[in-house]
Amino acid sequence: MKIHEYQAKALLRAFGVTVPRGEVATTPAQAREIAQRLGGRVVVKAQVHAGGRGKGGGIKLADDPERAEQAAAQILGMMLKTPQTPPEGIKVRSVLIEEASAIERELYASITLDRTRATHVVMASASGGMDIEEVAARTPDKILREWAHPALGLADFQVRRLAFGLGLAGEQVKQAVALLRNLFALYLAKDCSLVEINPLVVTKDGRVLALDAKLNFDDNALYRHADVVALRDTHEEDPLDVEASKYGLNYIKLDGDVGCMVNGAGLAMATMDIIKLAGGEPANFLDVGGGASPEQIENAFRILSSDPNVKAVFINVFGGILRVDRLAEGIIAAVRTLGLTLPVVLRAEGTNVEQGKKMLADSGLALTMAEDMADGAKKAVALAKGGRR
Amino acid sequence: MPILVDRSTRVVVQGITGKEGAFHAARCKEYGTQVVGGVTPGKGGTRHEGFVVWNTVAEAVANEGADCALIFVPPPAAADAIMEAAAAGVPLVICITEGIPVADMVRTKQFLAGTKSRLIGPNCPGVITPGQAKVGIMPGHIHKPGDVAVLSRSGTLTYEVVGQLTKRGIGQSTCVGIGGDPVNGTSFVDVLRMFNEDGDTRAIMMIGEIGGTAEEDAAAYIKANVGKPVVGFICGQTAPPGRRMGHAGAIIAGGKGTAAEKMKALADAGVTVVRSPADMGATVAKVIGA
Repeated sequence: MKIHEYQAKALLRAFGVTVPRGEVATTPAQAREIAQRLGGRVVVKAQVHAGGRGKGGGIKLADDPERAEQAAAQILGMMLKTPQTPPEGIKVRSVLIEEASAIERELYASITLDRTRATHVVMASASGGMDIEEVAARTPDKILREWAHPALGLADFQVRRLAFGLGLAGEQVKQAVALLRNLFALYLAKDCSLVEINPLVVTKDGRVLALDAKLNFDDNALYRHADVVALRDTHEEDPLDVEASKYGLNYIKLDGDVGCMVNGAGLAMATMDIIKLAGGEPANFLDVGGGASPEQIENAFRILSSDPNVKAVFINVFGGILRVDRLAEGIIAAVRTLGLTLPVVLRAEGTNVEQGKKMLADSGLALTMAEDMADGAKKAVALAKGGRR
Repeated sequence: MPILVDRSTRVVVQGITGKEGAFHAARCKEYGTQVVGGVTPGKGGTRHEGFVVWNTVAEAVANEGADCALIFVPPPAAADAIMEAAAAGVPLVICITEGIPVADMVRTKQFLAGTKSRLIGPNCPGVITPGQAKVGIMPGHIHKPGDVAVLSRSGTLTYEVVGQLTKRGIGQSTCVGIGGDPVNGTSFVDVLRMFNEDGDTRAIMMIGEIGGTAEEDAAAYIKANVGKPVVGFICGQTAPPGRRMGHAGAIIAGGKGTAAEKMKALADAGVTVVRSPADMGATVAKVIGA
């Protein structure tokens, strides 16, 4: 799960990490009031779950409250387009008004999981402010890394090594050490999957602070963080993804026209692949879970068919233990309830296959049965193409 | 000698009084696996659907000689269940549970390093040696004893390849699902080593997916050590970057972990790489001359 920068900064503050003073606004008038309170020069930052906001016109400097109000009026409501947003952009619903900082140096810090070492890694670099992935690719030695002990966490000497490695000295070492330790505490306490501060800055008056903040959370751990769940902004997610998550369905909308309904993540990915190999484009990733109960099937159908791009649906289920007769029941009920007219191709393996197929044949629904995965993909792609004409 | 599980394996099911645990314990037993009982803290001394229930794994080990734990405990308590099994000296721990927090697994893996236990999973279908023992949630009837090993991060996609092999009359030595999570107990390399040394395995079918570098590590190991033919498939060739495709581990992040990179690494290691998931069985048949 992702949250907004202003929410991330509130969490950072709560964990003792220094961030610029600032508040969130949803109207230009609020932006003006906040700028007045902060005094001096401010930055107006669009709050969307995507990076690259500056280049897209989502971040503006304002010298006084009046200009802050104008900047907020320009940014609020705009469709912000960045390399990380969908092509049509994301609507900006709030802006963060922050005191502008006079920057001496731009650094980088992040914490995430190192899968290979099966522990958390803290990364820091003196090359902050730019595309860190490019830095990592071109000059990997410019990224400093310290791996936390899986049980004992991060030792002080490791944090000091990072601070010295960043070329800091004196008072700033102390500040950076405290900041990194607090970041790590936050990362662990809230089950983050990513904490990224880019840039981490040294100001001209010698303060070390987190100028930007990105926090992602481990979805599997959200059950123990009601406070984090409360920060979820479903406006930032695809409405169909949100709807699917209510029913425990794993759905990701894509751009194609062949809807897929599959049990199991691996088989679902493989189904997308085979649709592409058959000359089509998958409209989505959808994992209905190992069991694929009739209720799951009905909800999945409803979500799939509400994507107007979908021209045909390919159901690919390999249950083994799954009873195909129950699956058939779910499909028949869903198609009838929803009044679906989309062509549906079904490939199913499991117990009671023959009974299930007979039920579907007798139902009078326009279903196409497939022999195997390749056959199903071919038929679904052909039907989707037919539907486009 | 099959790897990991065989007819002598004595299985204790943790979480046996739950719906999933009870259902699959019965299916494993039907297959012929020696399921010696289950564990649910607080329900020790009772029986659940014919199975003896213990309060602790240690009791199941002391009383029944359990040497394999099969875990269906829900995510909040699953990491603890893994550690309990390891602390009780169970050499093989197979965790089916999906959705364990990553931080829990980081600590658990460290805990396991100080024990003699091997963990398979979590978030996996389990292990089956066809004709001998099924310790997991896979459908037993699609399998057939034979000499092709199957190794995968995914569940239902493993059933898909097994189905394709069995339809062609090609049996399996042992099928291992290592799980779809970013931190798991046993890697591709660990299992490849076992299959490479297994006299009953003639060829290996390996199914990877996007995310992480487990497949690249496997490719390096195969290149240096594995003489047996290996067929590889990577799912997620069409997955968009930055989106988690169901499995917590299946995400292309920072341009790394793409299917194309993994397929190339495997091909460079001499693995026969299949592009279409429909061709997995046929390619294995071709490679072993069946």
